[in-house]
Amino acid sequence: MDYTIVVAIELLRAVAGLVLISTGLAIIFGMMRVINIAHGEFMMLGGYTVVLSAKAGVNIWIAMLVLAPLTVGLFGVLVERLIIRHLYGRIIDTLLATWGLSLFLIGFVAVVFGNKLEGVATPFSGIAIGEYSVAAYTIFLIGAALAFVASIYLALKYSKAGLIARATMQNPEMVEALGVNSKLVFMTTFGVGAAFSGLAGALLAPISGVIPGMGVNFIGPAFITVVTGGSSIIAGTLSASGLLGSISQSTAFLAGPVYGDAMLFFAALVLLRLLPQGITGRLFTRSL
Amino acid sequence: MSLLEVRNLRASYGRIPVLHQIDLTVNAGEIVGVVGHNGMGKTTLLRSLMGHLKTSAGTVSLRDRDVKGLSAHKRARLGVTLVPQGRDIFGNLTVHENLMLGAFGTQDQSARIDEMISIFPRLADLLDRKGGALSGGEQQILALARALCNRPSLLLLDEPTEGVQPSIVLEMATALKSISQTENLAVILVEQNIAFIQSLAERVYTISNGVIEQELSVSGPNGAALITETLGF
Repeated sequence: MDYTIVVAIELLRAVAGLVLISTGLAIIFGMMRVINIAHGEFMMLGGYTVVLSAKAGVNIWIAMLVLAPLTVGLFGVLVERLIIRHLYGRIIDTLLATWGLSLFLIGFVAVVFGNKLEGVATPFSGIAIGEYSVAAYTIFLIGAALAFVASIYLALKYSKAGLIARATMQNPEMVEALGVNSKLVFMTTFGVGAAFSGLAGALLAPISGVIPGMGVNFIGPAFITVVTGGSSIIAGTLSASGLLGSISQSTAFLAGPVYGDAMLFFAALVLLRLLPQGITGRLFTRSL
Repeated sequence: MSLLEVRNLRASYGRIPVLHQIDLTVNAGEIVGVVGHNGMGKTTLLRSLMGHLKTSAGTVSLRDRDVKGLSAHKRARLGVTLVPQGRDIFGNLTVHENLMLGAFGTQDQSARIDEMISIFPRLADLLDRKGGALSGGEQQILALARALCNRPSLLLLDEPTEGVQPSIVLEMATALKSISQTENLAVILVEQNIAFIQSLAERVYTISNGVIEQELSVSGPNGAALITETLGF
């Protein structure tokens, strides 16, 4: 029984990990159709914000939950204003521009902070489950993933800003004719997506460590999750994370972590072959 | 004082000029028609007046204020709104959400939506339905109600009767006439349905190759015949 609970928590951890790393991208790519190759570097910036704030004596929770999303969100606003705004509708150009941004950020951070692994202490200790032990921080991350999804759902479904954002992504010209500043909405949405990426990087920093090139580890699984999920941000992210996370983690249990990673990509390939528009292109089509 | 005054307006798509010389005047509470053959610049004219298309020369004055350089959302906040050809309903949003977006700038959002539902009662049963699931006529009604939610002073209406059943055309005509009178709403109506135009407008501008050619008074019993004769329909 204890072992079953531990396995279930590990499965949920894998699913939560995918939710955390893909939510920011789901907003920026899923809603705005901007291929943000610098997504991993936004996460890296979130991680560095935590490391530097912790070194400066800031409370770790304030650093993770407030400073990291705020810093990366504002950086996202700047990126949208200076680069992305001029490239809407040119999907390949956004890919190239954000790829350049990604390389610049890796190089810049490596020059400033050095190409070495920085660590942050994990805020919680372990929890005993029978003769096994599970990191309490793992449970916290599962809760954080749920909070990510819940907050986006509530904002999009029930807030005026969410309604305006959904309408703007569908038809920016029409919302302008109704008095909405669509450029401001695009800038804010990009900033919110960047903030979620920064928050994810900050939350994962205690377990992954922080290094300039860390984004490379996240960008692949994040894109696979978002593309497999399809056009609905919440239903897509949840269903793809649930499916791919479970398959990957189950394989990792049975055959080892390398096979788990390989299985994640293989499962995504099969899913996209069967459902070219992603899971929500066929199922949960009316969901957010 | 006229509500809208357009003088020597020119606009183009990239390097292709579409509007060469547009001169027109619209008074508050007045419904004015714009007629012409396909491809003569009617839709481009409305897009230019809304601010969706940058104009290269001329002046656009709204209540004596130059609005030529203003973006569409700023013009919308000054009371201009557009119901485009094809309606542009937000298909993934419900009817109620579409109306909420229309009432974006009003103080009494719910009251205004209720008012629109009382004017267009067929929307009452459709409030929870997605905009994309409505029929063409229902979408047209929704597009009109959404535009009127914001209490505009100038409505730009592009081909509202296209593909719409006669009962809904009549419903729209009745509502437009009533709101124009009660709320002092001015309308620029681009339309191929001459009977519809004649039932609403007293004046009509004819447009050809991006130039306003004539201004016709169509309020008399021979108004429709005059338009048909002038355009050679």
